[in-house]
Amino acid sequence: MIRIEGLSKSFDSLKVLDNLSLEIKEGETKVVIGRSGCGKSVLLKHIMGLLKPDRGKIFIEDKEITQLNEEQLKPIRMKMGMVFQGGALFDSLTVAENVGFVLREHYRLDDLEILKQVRQALRMVELEGIEDLMPAQLSGGMKKRVAIARVLCMKPKIILYDEPTTGVDPITADSINNLIRSLHDKLKVTSIVVTHDIRSAYKIADRIAMLYQGKIIAEGTPFEIQNTKDPILFQFINGLSQGPIET
Amino acid sequence: MRSLSLFFNNLGGRILGLFYFLGGLSYLTLQTFFFLFKVPFKKRSILEQAEKAGYRSMPIVSLVALFIGVILALQTAVQMQRLGSEMYIASIVALSMVRELGPVITALIVAGRSGAAITAEIGSMVVTEQVDALRTLAVNPIHYLVVPRFLGLLMMLPILTIYANIIGMIGGYLICVYKLHISSTMYINLTFEALKFKDIFTGLFKSVFFAMIIVLVSCFYAFKVEGGAEGVGTATRNSVVASFILILALDCLFTAIFYFIFP
Repeated sequence: MIRIEGLSKSFDSLKVLDNLSLEIKEGETKVVIGRSGCGKSVLLKHIMGLLKPDRGKIFIEDKEITQLNEEQLKPIRMKMGMVFQGGALFDSLTVAENVGFVLREHYRLDDLEILKQVRQALRMVELEGIEDLMPAQLSGGMKKRVAIARVLCMKPKIILYDEPTTGVDPITADSINNLIRSLHDKLKVTSIVVTHDIRSAYKIADRIAMLYQGKIIAEGTPFEIQNTKDPILFQFINGLSQGPIET
Repeated sequence: MRSLSLFFNNLGGRILGLFYFLGGLSYLTLQTFFFLFKVPFKKRSILEQAEKAGYRSMPIVSLVALFIGVILALQTAVQMQRLGSEMYIASIVALSMVRELGPVITALIVAGRSGAAITAEIGSMVVTEQVDALRTLAVNPIHYLVVPRFLGLLMMLPILTIYANIIGMIGGYLICVYKLHISSTMYINLTFEALKFKDIFTGLFKSVFFAMIIVLVSCFYAFKVEGGAEGVGTATRNSVVASFILILALDCLFTAIFYFIFP
């Protein structure tokens, strides 16, 4: 479904991604873990076509996307949705306008039909009756859920999550994990989640990949990752300050 | 030797920066014109922007234009009284407002008020990833954010300019009629006699280009915002300074063109 080959990206002299390769199969939930600032979000932005790599290729359903311009990327993006770390809801629009944004921009639907689909999407993320609120009136967890609802309105085949549980309390984090898992099960979407929250990774992943120094250094099922012998991965998943990873 | 090398390094950096600005601005202009004719046509959004940038600027434009008209009349009166030609104040105020001060002052006010707001608003959207979110939703940010602001101001700045011209002339009228005791009818007649279609056209022609400068410069700086709130502040300041300089430079160019080609 998604294939990344030899992806490299530097910002000035800082090498963020270094010949990274990764494959995500259809219907799979792959969680990419790694330290803050290691390039996880940069990887997601490349998959979404928001950044252009210095080298390497990305295939989405066998179509190479790194050479496409904004207009050519549109049909690809219509199959994908991205949930940003802070939600990235549009400040000036209500929750209903945010969630129904894609429907208004891309489909010729009447207001009633849009409202129906908005309510349905909000119901899926277990938020109802908040259609008229502004994003500033929502808590961090609610913003993330509304951002997921906005993506659901696109009926995507692929959903990318950027740190979905960062900045929310553990209980809200767990409910977001459950939501991601249930969307995966109900809608059969392919998901890529980047996070440094190991508990979240174990809960939602089919497979986990560890990003370190611009490369994927290990990959496996949650069980395999938990029982790793790799010293870098072991240090990271156990949250140890001593070890091969420079602090 | 070291200071000389530092000087040339600095100079080189500034020249490169200028080319980067001009290149980026030209590219944004081309993209804006490309999306200008693309559907869906965002009528509601255009009207919203026209209201924000135009209608809501009216109080400050009124105040400044009135003061300018009053000052212009008072300053001219000192000289004209010496020559015994007070009645020419009306035509001087009218021509100065319509050809020069009305368009330029209005543009500077709107650049400071609405241009800064555009940079701050879109700049904040950039740092909170809302612009990236637009792109992931297959919506082009130029089409969605720049085009409505561009059309809104393109529509409103000439209207605001006409409004400022009228208010400025009212300022002159108040001084001439109530301070210098020129008759009201005479002031109005002299104002209309002095104004020709060319004078009104040149002022409005300039205001259309000033509107383009304000929106494109503000959006250019907004899309380049980096580094959070501080970056938004820096971009807002730079966009206002650049808009002011470009408005005055373009005014100078147009005035010279109209002076030499259509005297």
